[in-house]
Amino acid sequence: MTQTTLPPVKKTEPVQAPKGGISDRSRAERRLGWLLAGPAFVVMLAVTAYPILQAVYESLFSYRLTDPDNREFIGLSNYWVILTDSLWWQSIWVTVFITVVTVAVELVLGFGLAMVMAKALSSIRPVVRAAILIPYAVITVVSAFAWQFAFDINTGFVNSWFTWLPGVAADTDWFGDWGTSILVICLAEIWKTTPFISLLLLAGLAQVPDVLQEAAMVDGATWWQRLWKVTIPNMKAAIMVAVLFRTLDAFRVFDSIFIMTAGANGTESVSFLAYRQTIARLEIGLGSAVSVLLFIAVVMIAFGFIKGFKINLSQARGE
Amino acid sequence: MPIAPGDGRPRDGVLAPSRARRRPPRRGLAGTAALLVTAGTLAGCGGGSGDASTLTWYINPDAGGQAEIASRCTEEAGGAYTIETAQLPRESSQQREQLIRRLAAGDASIDLVSLDPPYIPEFAEAGFLAPVPDDVADRVTEGVVQSAIDGSTWKDELVAVPFWANTQLLWFKKSVAEAAGLDMEQPVTWEQLVQVAEEQDTAIAAQGIRAEALTVWVNALIESAGGSIIERSADNPEDVRLGLTSDAAVRAAEVMRNVSTVGGAAFSTAGEDANVTDFEEGDAAFMVNWPFVWGRALDAVEAGTLDPSVPEDYGWALYPRVLEDESSAPPYGGINLVVGAFSANVDAAYEAAECIVSEENQAYYFTTNGNPASKASVYDDPEVLEVFPQAPVIRESLEQAAPRPQTVYYSEVSGALQRVYHPASSVEPGTTGEEASELITAVLRGEQLL
Repeated sequence: MTQTTLPPVKKTEPVQAPKGGISDRSRAERRLGWLLAGPAFVVMLAVTAYPILQAVYESLFSYRLTDPDNREFIGLSNYWVILTDSLWWQSIWVTVFITVVTVAVELVLGFGLAMVMAKALSSIRPVVRAAILIPYAVITVVSAFAWQFAFDINTGFVNSWFTWLPGVAADTDWFGDWGTSILVICLAEIWKTTPFISLLLLAGLAQVPDVLQEAAMVDGATWWQRLWKVTIPNMKAAIMVAVLFRTLDAFRVFDSIFIMTAGANGTESVSFLAYRQTIARLEIGLGSAVSVLLFIAVVMIAFGFIKGFKINLSQARGE
Repeated sequence: MPIAPGDGRPRDGVLAPSRARRRPPRRGLAGTAALLVTAGTLAGCGGGSGDASTLTWYINPDAGGQAEIASRCTEEAGGAYTIETAQLPRESSQQREQLIRRLAAGDASIDLVSLDPPYIPEFAEAGFLAPVPDDVADRVTEGVVQSAIDGSTWKDELVAVPFWANTQLLWFKKSVAEAAGLDMEQPVTWEQLVQVAEEQDTAIAAQGIRAEALTVWVNALIESAGGSIIERSADNPEDVRLGLTSDAAVRAAEVMRNVSTVGGAAFSTAGEDANVTDFEEGDAAFMVNWPFVWGRALDAVEAGTLDPSVPEDYGWALYPRVLEDESSAPPYGGINLVVGAFSANVDAAYEAAECIVSEENQAYYFTTNGNPASKASVYDDPEVLEVFPQAPVIRESLEQAAPRPQTVYYSEVSGALQRVYHPASSVEPGTTGEEASELITAVLRGEQLL
């Protein structure tokens, strides 16, 4: 059995506008469009484009916040310092590791939760949905503290409840080395953001036409076959958008690491490195360069996803 | 299917995207709200202390002592000024981050600040502190322990008002020391403690966490061994001479590694609070820590969460020695008061600072919040002696305490030390010092990330 999707709809050709300029009506519409979108556009420029450009500009300087008089233009030196530093590459590796692990686990869990939400009885559906969404409503710092306290050797309950698991003892120091620290960080991230993915996937599930499911059932397809051949191919765009959004989010992981390990045992992420240079060291130039590199990485991920997987963002919005 | 206005719950199994489009009026409301919030935030940015006689005192979190002192001084001033307190973050490094960013932006609302001493050079050098008038300097250093004066001085000039002075003691369980036949009347060395801990199957609680506390420990060990992290400070980072490869630093590294073997299960994540928990629960029989542990134990007994026999078994002595025949250099900490350079009320702020550090207020702060005074005379106060029987030892400890490296680049030095000397079990006496030296030098030259 091949994958089953709806045949592409042939788009109707737009009617050719009369030559010699646009009509009054469309001119008014265009003006209304600008009036409606303009303020948002200006705000976007002010809050995103301006800081990004400023960071790019400042990354070319040797500039310490407490010593503005000795600010000096040094070109791309900051980038050279970063890219030749083993700490940078280690942070990249840690960040990629956390991103891949959490997104992969969240995708599977999130899909399961989306199915539960979609199939739950209508009487309990609001309750199920609210329950699943609660972790996403918790502030990341708060969730990080909660997970830290749970695994803490003195205050935590994990060490006393889970001693029956191999590798867990009453004196297991979870934040004492790399592997266990990363495990707890990933768990906290997964717990917190799986609802986000499941929400996006739920929207995707809704787009799978019932007629296809029914047709497959008539053809005698099993539940598993319908899932792989009908449901998933039809919600590919939604899955890709969910994965893309979550990957971009996961790549900027900061809060959990800041709270749980403060970067000890080689658990620094790229965002944490940017924080350390800019906020703790006050090296605005070097820190801005780290931020710009982080920005470039995020843009590359987004670009790679859209081109590589041929995601059509407008399709996911149901247009 | 008709939708009742205001009923946002979709009835289908899914979120229907089309439905959102049917409810545009809310957007206008949200937009107005956003505008209001933005306007409010912007207005908040510009505000300093509106009233000329209102002083804002940025305090580190404590048990309410500074707020009480603020209201006492306000009363005493008889309307000349009013002190309002504003609380800073818990961690001293985060206090620095917040303050320095505000001061770099010329925040005029910062009148008085309770500042951790290692950051004072950085603030002073950046021009963030209002100069201390000579007459004030004379008065606030009178009868003050030397380490607190040193900690308030930068380039031979007093730039802060000594408030309270902290130092670490060696806390021990009398029963365990007795069982091991350790004479605690005599100065003890780290080596002796490690040996006893091994024999008695107990732990030494010290600050092995990757945080400022680790720098405090490293510094105290190197100073106790007769060395210094920074042998020569300089304005130009290239001229800073480090002492991390000296014999003293090697000796200190040996102690660190040895202590880590008897440091308990979670030594690499143990900070001051975790240390006290271990000590109270009996997992550790020795601990180096600040005097707050005494007040904490007494409070816990009062609250019924700790058996009274536990603090009865507490013993205290001077910080352990690294070298047998040389007295130790215990950590120096505490809080000093600084006046913001952009304050509109510098004179009133210094007047208030003098009131805050009065002998009476220091004694109050010592007895109620467990934070030792910087004025030596407070240690003779009978009331203080009654609550803090360790007061004479604390005073002695303060006299021989050594500050952390005084440099504008303290944050970098401390951060690099934490990176290399953590975890303590991985410290190699021969190579760790050199590694740290190289890292600090490279970081100060701007050639490496931290």
